[in-house]
Amino acid sequence: MTLIVLDVLSGILLVAGALFLLSGAVGLLRFPDFYTRIHAVGVTDAVGAGLILLGLLLRTTGWETGIRLVIILFFMALTSPTATHILAHAARRDGVRVWRKGDPRR
Amino acid sequence: MTQLNSENPLAERRRRPWVNAVRSLLRMAPVPALFWLALSGHYDPLLLTLGAVSVVVVCWLIRRSGLAHHGLTLPFALRLPRYCLWLSGQVFITACVVVRKVWSPRMDLRPVVEPTPAADLSERSLVVYANSITLTPGTLSLAVHDDSIEVHSLKAADIDALDEGAMLSRVRRTEARR
Amino acid sequence: MILLVVMVALLVAMILALLRAFLGPGLYNRILAINNFGTKTVLFIAVVGFLFGRPEFLDIGILYALVNFVATVAVLRLTHYKELLSGSGSKGGE
Repeated sequence: MTLIVLDVLSGILLVAGALFLLSGAVGLLRFPDFYTRIHAVGVTDAVGAGLILLGLLLRTTGWETGIRLVIILFFMALTSPTATHILAHAARRDGVRVWRKGDPRR
Repeated sequence: MTQLNSENPLAERRRRPWVNAVRSLLRMAPVPALFWLALSGHYDPLLLTLGAVSVVVVCWLIRRSGLAHHGLTLPFALRLPRYCLWLSGQVFITACVVVRKVWSPRMDLRPVVEPTPAADLSERSLVVYANSITLTPGTLSLAVHDDSIEVHSLKAADIDALDEGAMLSRVRRTEARR
Repeated sequence: MILLVVMVALLVAMILALLRAFLGPGLYNRILAINNFGTKTVLFIAVVGFLFGRPEFLDIGILYALVNFVATVAVLRLTHYKELLSGSGSKGGE
């Protein structure tokens, strides 16, 4: 019984994660400039990855795979905002202009 | 010759406090050791020896690169999970807003760049705060100054929400020692 | 079954990220797309490991996550050095 509940729950998490992932990828293509695209990537990195890894975590059998998933999750939560911040900071210092409403796409 | 001279004081400083070095090693070792034990799964004497050697090398590298004072203290680590839970809820809510913007046929984006106050934070809290801002979709920390963080946001309301300081007060509460 | 659906979604998302990396005007859009591609690769490795019943793949996933972060930082350091060497800063987002 609990097995079925776990299976359904992990299925919901996985599908929701996949939807967030696709939304992030579409946003990466659709958004008008570099800084706004970072927000789309943030959706993928934070929510999509988190939901998919949690969904996989509910399907693990041994503690070793579970701990690896937790480590990947922890590591991503730590590094992805750091990398994003470094990237945005470098772009800002390099003079990439911020897109305002009404500007052409770039 | 000049190189030798410049290296000498460093060697002096390192040779003198042996006790200090060993103590800092013991303080740093548990985290990499636990990491190694969790990932390895094999516990022969040979592999355990290699693991111990790698832990010592990692600690030496951390000390050498001058990052030793950035360690996690136990109370901070104990208060962190609660903050992480709250943060993941926040991330989920804001992500839904951004996803709606992605799929709406006419994207209504009004990006703004403004500083938000972040005064009187320790270095560690500042890192936690800036990373939290970046991690929530819709806001992005561009540059970290001493008493403020420059934030790029998809709409001005997000920065106003930051200025109200719900996240900031939670970061402060996580840092404070009682 | 669900794992297969997630895998296909991941593949589509990876293709979209690659498209942005090819199109992307300027250096920073490309780095962003490649970083995102790396994140998706880690997820892909994890999902495929579960699909084939070989969770040992997760070790590779951890390694890839590490390399992805270090590579992004290293590329940024390199471009910064180039900018320093050439004297005047080149506009990245042309």
